[in-house]
Amino acid sequence: MNESFELLRRMLLIRRFEERCAELYSSQEIRGFLHLYVGEEAVAVGVMAEFGPEDAIVSTYREHGHALARGVSPDAIMAEMFGKATGCSGGRGGSMHLFDASTRFYGGNAIVAGGLPLAVGLALADRMQGRPVVTACFFGDGAVAEGEFHESMNLAALWRLPVLFCCENNLYAMGTRIERTHAVTELAVRAAGYGMPAEVVDGMDVLAVREVTRKALKRIRSEAGPQFLELQTYRFRAHSMYDPDRYRDKAEIAEWKRRDPIDKLAATLRLPTEDISKLDTEITEVIDAAVAFARTASPENVDSLTRHVYSEVRR
Amino acid sequence: MSETLTLGKALNLGLRRAMEDDSKVILMGEDIGKLGGVFRITDGLQKDFGDERVIDTPLAESGIVGTAVGLALRGYRPVIEIQFDGFVYPAYDQIVCQVAKMHYRSRGKVKLPIVIRIPFGGGIGAVEHHSESPEAYFAHTAGLKVVACSNPSDAYWMIQQAIASDDPIVFFEPKRRYWEKGEVDTSGSLESAFPLHSSKVLTSGTDATVLAYGPMVRVALDAATAAAEDGRKLEVIDLRTLSPLDMGAVFDSVRKTGRAIVVHEAPHNLGMGAELAARITEECFYSLEAPVLRVAGYDIPYPAARAEEEYLPDLDRVLDAVDRSFGW
Repeated sequence: MNESFELLRRMLLIRRFEERCAELYSSQEIRGFLHLYVGEEAVAVGVMAEFGPEDAIVSTYREHGHALARGVSPDAIMAEMFGKATGCSGGRGGSMHLFDASTRFYGGNAIVAGGLPLAVGLALADRMQGRPVVTACFFGDGAVAEGEFHESMNLAALWRLPVLFCCENNLYAMGTRIERTHAVTELAVRAAGYGMPAEVVDGMDVLAVREVTRKALKRIRSEAGPQFLELQTYRFRAHSMYDPDRYRDKAEIAEWKRRDPIDKLAATLRLPTEDISKLDTEITEVIDAAVAFARTASPENVDSLTRHVYSEVRR
Repeated sequence: MSETLTLGKALNLGLRRAMEDDSKVILMGEDIGKLGGVFRITDGLQKDFGDERVIDTPLAESGIVGTAVGLALRGYRPVIEIQFDGFVYPAYDQIVCQVAKMHYRSRGKVKLPIVIRIPFGGGIGAVEHHSESPEAYFAHTAGLKVVACSNPSDAYWMIQQAIASDDPIVFFEPKRRYWEKGEVDTSGSLESAFPLHSSKVLTSGTDATVLAYGPMVRVALDAATAAAEDGRKLEVIDLRTLSPLDMGAVFDSVRKTGRAIVVHEAPHNLGMGAELAARITEECFYSLEAPVLRVAGYDIPYPAARAEEEYLPDLDRVLDAVDRSFGW
């Protein structure tokens, strides 16, 4: 019960954090691009719940939820969204490039599928150094069409590396539905071509996601070799703040919203309404503090933008 | 200790020494293990260091470079071999979007000490994709350093210096010079070797400055010998480093000679010669007796083997440029 309540807390934190980001974007305190994860929270929270502090995470450009679920500080994430020097990437990464080596969160990545070979390298390094850890690699259905997906799946399977490939299938590669982008729309089937076990899981059910991740990690740690999860999910909002969302049927969106992962878990837990409001109040305080932290911090001085193009200790 | 080595063997010894000095140095590439690479640059290294440190990879350039990024994030110093110049393009995304930017994007927190070795240029009777000179693409990208060696001694030292650098380096090797021999003094330390990001004056002259790098250095030196017979003293500078450029010796030379000719195999249009001409003009305008001239490959895709001799800058084209400079 306590563990499940923690899952709820994390999902709600992500939901409220991003809702606040959307407001701050409208008021232009957050600038640049903003891709929200609203609706997909069960995937990040369910998967990450089974990952330990020594395991590694590789993410996408829709990664606020991954970073929060991983335990990257909400203050540092919000400051990064604001482009402040106290942000987790020093203000240079922004929404799409959250990065925090201390929690082994090896980054959001604006290049679709760009992170997959990085995950292969992290896992190879871990294996060579004899560390019994696993790398979680998140990507969307769109990435499955990229060459880097196939190169990375082959490398990980060939070298039997401890990678959990987490495909967040939200049915749309930006504005184009999966049937228009994939010859084979059952994405888990792709894994079979690389001799890799694969499972399909309801990505709107955090308990199911957690359970399938637990089993997958057990297998990866005991047998070595990667595994593929297709997590079927849906984003409730448009691709980005600029996206008019003309390619999705309103009825479809409404249908998926009825499967809201937060509502689903709350119903399963049969929590009294006051418990949820109390949780909401606590989360609001965390987010208020993060926004205050971000607002009061300074952006990087323009004069120092030429720094760190190259390392500063000459060898 | 000085020994006579081919450029290829010098690279092989340099890689070996770097691997002996630092257990975090690992090599990755296509056919680099048992085969020792197409040009045998990694010959014998897998046998001696094992297949975990000399890793044969599938044909997946983007995957290989991305894997190197992950390895570097975990403390390794990966050295990638790209089999031929034209095979680097599938990896271009990883090199430009990840390798070049991650240090900057993390405001210096992350270092990516990755070396990407690329045999480049023509002259071996190959075809396009196997004879190209893509250095300008990389020199144009902030966050990457780009160097090119031209002789066995530089090859031996520069590869070790590149591996020891904390910055990602694209390391160009003049493939047609792999078999040329030279004296290599392998004693001494990396710290006391000629600095990696420095150009080097090879022949002292007062009449014109000839700038070259990689395979064209030999052509420039031959031109200097031939010009001397006509009583013209050419100052040949081996640039060695293309990003950052080391312009100090170049400016000193052009202020003395008043004439500059840049030689490279890559096409004229927006090649390294364009940047060099701009910088020389900006800094040495009142010393120039003639415009900076370029001797380069033509603005065409690299031609088939039978037309290669026409395409590649040679002694005559360099001497012709010297004449044109004097005729100004």
